[in-house]
Amino acid sequence: MKKLLVYLKNYKKECVLAPLFKMLEASFELVVPLVVSAIIDVGIAAKDSGYILRMCLVMVALGLIGLVCSVTAQYFAAKAAAGFGTKVRHQLFAHIQTFSFSEIDQAGTATLITRMTSDINQVQSGVNMVLRLFLRSPFIVFGAMVMAFTIDTKAALIFVVTIPLLSFVVFGVMAVSIPLYRKVQERLDKVLGITRENLSGARVIRAFHKEEEEKSRFEEGLENLTSMQNYVGKISAFLNPVTYVVINGATIVLLYTGAVQVDLGNLTQGEVVALVNYMSQILVELIKLANLIITITKAYACGNRVSTILEMKSSMPVNLTRTQDVSGTQAIENVPMVQFSHVGLTYQKAGAESLSEVDFTVQKGETVGIIGGTGSGKTSLVHLIPRFYDVTRGEVLIQGKNVKDYPLEELRQKVGIVMQKAVLFQGTIRENLCWGNAAATEEELYQALETAQAKEVVEGKEGKLDALVEQGGKNFSGGQRQRLTIARALVRKPDILILDDSASALDYATDARLRKAIRQMDGSPTVFIVSQRTSSIQHADKIIVLEDGQVAGMGTHQKLLEKCRVYREIYESQFKKQ
Amino acid sequence: MKKDLRVKQTQTMKKVLKYIKAYGGYLALSLVFAVVTVAAALYIPVVTGQVIDHILGPGQVKFSVITQLLWKMGIVIAVTALAQWLMNVCNNKITYEVVQDIRREAFAKIEILPLKFIDGHSHGELVSRVIADVDQFADGLLMGFSQLFTGVVTILGTLLFMLGINVKITLVVVLVTPVSLFVASFIARRTFSMFMLQSATRGEQTALVNEMIENQKVVQAFSKEEDILEQFDEINQRLEKASLKATFFSSLTNPSTRFVNSLVYTGVGLVGAFSAMRGVLTVGQLSCFLSYANQYTKPFNEISGVVTELQNALACAERIFALIEEESQVPEPENVKVLAEVKGNIDLKHVYFSYTPDKKLIEDFNLSVKPGQRVAIVGPTGCGKTTLINLLMRFYDVDSGSILVEGEDIREVTRQSLRESYGMVLQETWLKAGTIRENLKMGKQDASDEEMMEAANAAHAHSFIKRLPKGYDTVIGEEGGSLSVGQKQLLCIARVMLCLPPMLILDEATSSIDTRTEMKIQNAFAKMMKGRTSFIVAHRLSTIQEADMILVMKDGHILEQGSHQELLAQNGFYYELYNSQFVV
Repeated sequence: MKKLLVYLKNYKKECVLAPLFKMLEASFELVVPLVVSAIIDVGIAAKDSGYILRMCLVMVALGLIGLVCSVTAQYFAAKAAAGFGTKVRHQLFAHIQTFSFSEIDQAGTATLITRMTSDINQVQSGVNMVLRLFLRSPFIVFGAMVMAFTIDTKAALIFVVTIPLLSFVVFGVMAVSIPLYRKVQERLDKVLGITRENLSGARVIRAFHKEEEEKSRFEEGLENLTSMQNYVGKISAFLNPVTYVVINGATIVLLYTGAVQVDLGNLTQGEVVALVNYMSQILVELIKLANLIITITKAYACGNRVSTILEMKSSMPVNLTRTQDVSGTQAIENVPMVQFSHVGLTYQKAGAESLSEVDFTVQKGETVGIIGGTGSGKTSLVHLIPRFYDVTRGEVLIQGKNVKDYPLEELRQKVGIVMQKAVLFQGTIRENLCWGNAAATEEELYQALETAQAKEVVEGKEGKLDALVEQGGKNFSGGQRQRLTIARALVRKPDILILDDSASALDYATDARLRKAIRQMDGSPTVFIVSQRTSSIQHADKIIVLEDGQVAGMGTHQKLLEKCRVYREIYESQFKKQ
Repeated sequence: MKKDLRVKQTQTMKKVLKYIKAYGGYLALSLVFAVVTVAAALYIPVVTGQVIDHILGPGQVKFSVITQLLWKMGIVIAVTALAQWLMNVCNNKITYEVVQDIRREAFAKIEILPLKFIDGHSHGELVSRVIADVDQFADGLLMGFSQLFTGVVTILGTLLFMLGINVKITLVVVLVTPVSLFVASFIARRTFSMFMLQSATRGEQTALVNEMIENQKVVQAFSKEEDILEQFDEINQRLEKASLKATFFSSLTNPSTRFVNSLVYTGVGLVGAFSAMRGVLTVGQLSCFLSYANQYTKPFNEISGVVTELQNALACAERIFALIEEESQVPEPENVKVLAEVKGNIDLKHVYFSYTPDKKLIEDFNLSVKPGQRVAIVGPTGCGKTTLINLLMRFYDVDSGSILVEGEDIREVTRQSLRESYGMVLQETWLKAGTIRENLKMGKQDASDEEMMEAANAAHAHSFIKRLPKGYDTVIGEEGGSLSVGQKQLLCIARVMLCLPPMLILDEATSSIDTRTEMKIQNAFAKMMKGRTSFIVAHRLSTIQEADMILVMKDGHILEQGSHQELLAQNGFYYELYNSQFVV
């Protein structure tokens, strides 16, 4: 939580002024009883109606000044809180952007979204409340105690005992309920997860007619949540009554002590009344404070959860110290474009290596086919090139330089990758394509579309390039999405183009035309084609056959057919004697 | 416009009250405890006053009376505290239960929303309604209960005490108070639309966050982090403005009503002081009056604070109610039949369908399938293959024409019996968060472990499941988590293999599985399809050659229809398609 307060830095002025004006307002409030006593002592006693009128005007004036102070305070508080919320939201989102996939898996998408939304909202309103009220209440509590001392030291000692006792109660309840609120949030996350799942899996759930079962699963999650909320609620509900008992208990002691002191002649009746009034003033402020603390407790718990995410370190920090070393980027002809040297990869928390001893070299302009069974490590292998994961053994070199020594952005600029899952984003087709290169001209876009066999997709849409894409590209079929994602990667004119099984939703004819077009592209990029179809890769310059994370064979189609058993089997499974 | 807003607000409030009604018992208890709390709390100053009256001066203190009064005070304090605690517990209970009811209803709605709605709305935004909005609503409701009740009771109680002292001055207080209420409601009405804007902007931001976090890898591949952040910041800036406005203007309520209250206080002071001057009122009564006047106006501050909070809550409630009231899928007719003994006769008669009225997709589609037939659907991407499956499963309803299973229009049988007759494996693999066992047994809860493993074995999933840390009890995260696409698909196949319904739909069921494994699965598929009507969508023509009937689709129409050999002989579109897979 403390770490979040850094984001109030730009609002120092507001953070000081808001409570200050609040305190000013409180001071004027403290003056009002004095005016009233003056009306009684002077005005009524002397039957001076002019004096009473003047004092009443003073009271109205005090109210007006109080109003102005308060409005000013509210403005500064709102400004600081809204600004703070915005900063934290920005920071958290920016931070999540640096996460590699392993962190996202670890934290869970649903959790990250709650942190980004409702948690930050809670913290924001917490900040607002603190700025407005948190200083005002202690100010009055403390002020009342000081006033008590000016009347009678002995009676004031009751205040000295009561206030710490109250703090103990208040902070005690806080200490107990903060961890419990965290539990409430965890259970809320679960409810959120089920909701999301039922939206994304609506088809399957309905196909299996699991609606009722899902409802009862949701119900279970809900009940867990509610019972926890009730439990925490019961504990928080102690706060008000207990503070009430402490304060009024103190009043009883005060009255008795006062009675003894008056009997001895050390105090007057009026002074006892004043002391009792101060005590009740403390009560009023403490009730406010207690309610405030409930809000703050929640906000604090949320703040901590946000902090936890902010403290999560990306497993792939951008290496800033070595970015200077870019002098040798100019490729020398004989330096291989991509080189894997004894590469091994173990995913976080996985037992065995997903890739081991992968060793190969690819020259500029070559086409590499990667083939292998489900789970053989094909995707893992190509994901090492743009450094989605870091190798755990060996090294990956691009143009002779370790990928870890490239600034991430420069590295990824070189690579155009088309993922298995074809994802488009909300916006227009043009906006989606420009992900590849923001400065691409219309001509370049169409060129990429043509190569990707996606021209007809665009032409078939009203508005052509400016046709709207719904969230997740839902208004395009799987094949259309795939071709558009290929075009998106081509717009970038990458040095290295990776097609990760990205033609799976395309029919053979389109797939064949696509590969032909890519081969004829300008700038002759190095192409990696991950596929399960031998037909897609058989004309590659080099084919890498993977099995269980190991290279089972490498070479041309003909060579592999002769020498590699795994490859032969794959080939024959697809082209059995027609 | 403003009037509309108000009508809407009242409607929303009415709906909220309907939910609260179910907890009438707790509500009554809460009210009783509120009355006890306030009455006891108001009685304490009276006792205090009596004690002070017995502390006159040196040697004039009646300790015997004082001790008795102080005991009485102690008991009253205990009663107040207990009543207050119980009241809080009741309020919590009502709030959390109502929230639970609303969430439950929203979720139940999600289960019966037409897929058209689910496909057409951002999931993140819908989730935000069920979670964030309901939460915000709960906060407002809880505050409303804990402060509105006591506030109202305190006002009434104090009013009684004041009337007991002096009617004239009480009237002054009562006459000025409406100004305070007016100010509060004026501000509240003005800020409602600001809260709506804040809420809507938040929804927009949540949708973006959802989209981007889910597809983080693509974002990173294109080094788009900066641009996305810019896009995010743009919304964030708007949110800051909206939020500042909503927060600031709503927080004006408190100071404004406080100012009005200070006017009330001054009024009482003025009238009271003149009355005291004329001897109608004693000084003691005046000071007592002033303190009660103070107590009387304070709850108005709280109530107006609550009113703003309630505004916010209502804005959120409105969004969640909009979801709950969304039109459900066409309900099942009263005389609905249950499909029984499905053999696999399917007829499509003059089917017309399109997702949007302006873009025709399927027109006058006719098809008749006999039991046990294997129908393969091929065609270029976007030709309507998946749409056909949406219609067969009744995820979408046809625009006109009809689909008959065993001679029954599928709109006249229960969705459950229709969908249970199909086994479906889709291209987009979806698994629920839970163990692999739970996922596999989804279609057949009472299956034994042996049956399950047999199915997994047939789907060639057994070997990789066994290699997972906890085997069949391995928990897979949301949407399959760490499994590869291919592995997920194997699980989806095993899921269907376990329940073996009379008809099958395989939409690109093996698109992410390598061909060697696929070859093996094909055998299992062949066994499974024996005697079952099946629909197979595939790109790999090798997998569909053995189909009884091949439908070649293009642009929503059946272009060609026949067996593999017949179609090849036709030398048409299929012939071209088939040969293209060997052309490089």
